[in-house]
This record gives sequence, structure tokens and C-alpha cells, in this order.
Amino acid sequence: MVMAFLWTGMILISILCGASTGREGEVALAAVEGAQAAVQLCISLAGMMCLWTGVMEIMRQSGLAEKLSRLLKPVLSVLFPQVAQDRTIMDSISANVSANLLGLGNAATPLGIEAVKGMAKRSPHIASDAMCMLVVCNTASLQLIPTTVAAVRAAEGAGNPFDILPAVWLASVCSVIVGITMCKVFSHIWRS
Amino acid sequence: MDFLLTMVVPLTIGMVAVYGLSQKIDVYGALIHGAGEGLQILVRILPALVGLVTAVHMLRASGAIEMAAQCLSPLLERLGLPAELLPLMLVRPISGSAALGVGSEIIGTYGPDSYLGRVAAVMLGSTETTFYTIAVYFGAVGISKTRYAVPAALAADLTGFLMAAWAVRFFFGS
Repeated sequence: MVMAFLWTGMILISILCGASTGREGEVALAAVEGAQAAVQLCISLAGMMCLWTGVMEIMRQSGLAEKLSRLLKPVLSVLFPQVAQDRTIMDSISANVSANLLGLGNAATPLGIEAVKGMAKRSPHIASDAMCMLVVCNTASLQLIPTTVAAVRAAEGAGNPFDILPAVWLASVCSVIVGITMCKVFSHIWRS
Repeated sequence: MDFLLTMVVPLTIGMVAVYGLSQKIDVYGALIHGAGEGLQILVRILPALVGLVTAVHMLRASGAIEMAAQCLSPLLERLGLPAELLPLMLVRPISGSAALGVGSEIIGTYGPDSYLGRVAAVMLGSTETTFYTIAVYFGAVGISKTRYAVPAALAADLTGFLMAAWAVRFFFGS
């Protein structure tokens, strides 16, 4: 429902603002052109998006995600000390994180939900520290190769669509570190 | 480093294909199957893109984005954030396809290799749809007392935004 209000608000503001600045013509034209631009964007994204979901399917079938997941498990036990002894939960968590790293968003979500369900057996009514940590790890976008945004840049004619990778990694790492730190700090002071 | 960044797509595809073959996977079949799924994703996000790109186009044509940017730029500039990217930062935590629509409109308007275009791309690439993720995970187990999940995740998002602006200045200049 948030989007319903946001969207209606955007339309109303455009009408009011356009009318008061005398740009009715431009606003009316934009309404028609915008919809067309959206379809054009989708078409220009299609090639690269399909190629990448294809490559990701190869990664999935060849078990690359499981391999990465085994590598990550020791690191993740440090972040999730409350559930580190539980093999099934830790398996789901590391599979979830490795799927996120490889950009397999569709595979990551069910794995994350599995992990949260395991955690909910210990804390059924209120979010546990482990759940908050998992959610923050999932909202901080750990993707190694952000393919969708590279596809947008390619569609708009970027010189090298991937030249932003170091900047993306730096921003991602910082946001993950802040998220994890916040979790660790809040877990002591935010009890209910 | 430049070579790697230029070749990241071909190299990734090549390595994944060779690894897949070594694991005795029908690499080509998997590619085609996955590409078909990509098409379905596009069909799923197209309706949202039509709605949002239209709205953002209208906002821009009406002059509202410029006005908001002018009002808020002193505040945002103190944080090092370009005011033109405010619409993107507002929708990013709420809806993934909305953010893609708003972000690609910004990248198209200012150019993908401009400062603003790059920051928008880095913001899109380094943050996630926070509220959606929180709703899905806690919703799956019926927990409504989420404690500090929302503030911690939003702090991570804000860091992502600030660092996106900073990192693009650092790597490309402004």
C-alpha cells in the first residue's frame, strides 16, 4: 500500500507543480512518453538480463553456490553465535549468503526463509538477534556482480558498464559492516 | 585491474561454462533454461516500470524534482549526497522495481558515465529493497516484534547511499 500512496502522490504533485509553473504541455507529453520509455528500457535490458539469468542457472546446476557456501560457514558462525551449533540452520544461512553473493536472488529468499523458520523454533514471538542479523545481511546487497544495474548502464550507452564495480563493492562492504555493527550494538540494549 | 573490469563478463561466462562442463552439466541447456526465466522476470517487472517511469517522467517535466532538489540541496550537500538522487533514495528501501525505474531514468537523463549517473548506479547496486525483505522474512514466521531489524537495516542503507556518492568521487572524480 505504501507504493499506492507514493505513486498517487507523485502524479498529483506533477499535475499541481506543472500547472503552477505553466508546464502543462510538458507534463501531458511526459505521461505518454514515460510509459513508452519504460517498455523501451525493458527491451533494451532483455538481452543482458536473459544472458545473466542463463549464466546463473549454470552456476546453480553445477553446484558453485554449495562450494562457496562451505567456504563461508566458518566466517558466518562468528556472526551467528546463537545458532552456530545448529547444523541445519547454519547450512541454510551459508547457502543463503552464497546465493546472494552470486546474484541468485530467487534462490536466496527460500533459503533465508528456511533459516528464519529454524530460528523461530527458539524464539517464536519476537525477533531474535540471529534473525535480525540474517535480515540485515540480506538487506545490505552482497551481490558480487550487480548485473541488472550494469544492464541499465549498457542500455544507456555506458563506455564500460562494469567500471562501477570497485565503487559498488566498497559501498556494499561499508554498508554491511555498519549493518552488522548496529546489530551487535543493538542486541545488548534493545531487548523487547 | 582495468583489463579485469573490462573483461568481467566474458571471463565470468567462460569460467562458469568450463566449471559447469567439468561437473558434467549440460551447460548450454542450463543457459537456455535460465535465459527463459530471465524473460519471465522482465515480464514481471514491466508493469511496475510502466507505472513508475511514467510518474518520474511527469515529475521531472513538471519541474517538481528541480524544486525539491533546490530546497533540500543545502542539507543533502552537507552529507555529500546529490539532491537530484533524492527520489531514488526515497523509493529504494520500499520497492525494487520502483528503484530500477527511478534509477534508470536518472541514468538516462544525466548519462551513464556522468557523476550523477554513476552514483545512481552504485546506489542501486549496493543496497537492497529493505522493507520488502524484512516483510518477507518476518512474515514467513509470523513475527511482528522485529526489534531493531528496521533501524539496523536502514542504517546500512544510509551508509550505502553515502558511500556510493563518496566512492564514485574517489574512483572517478566528480
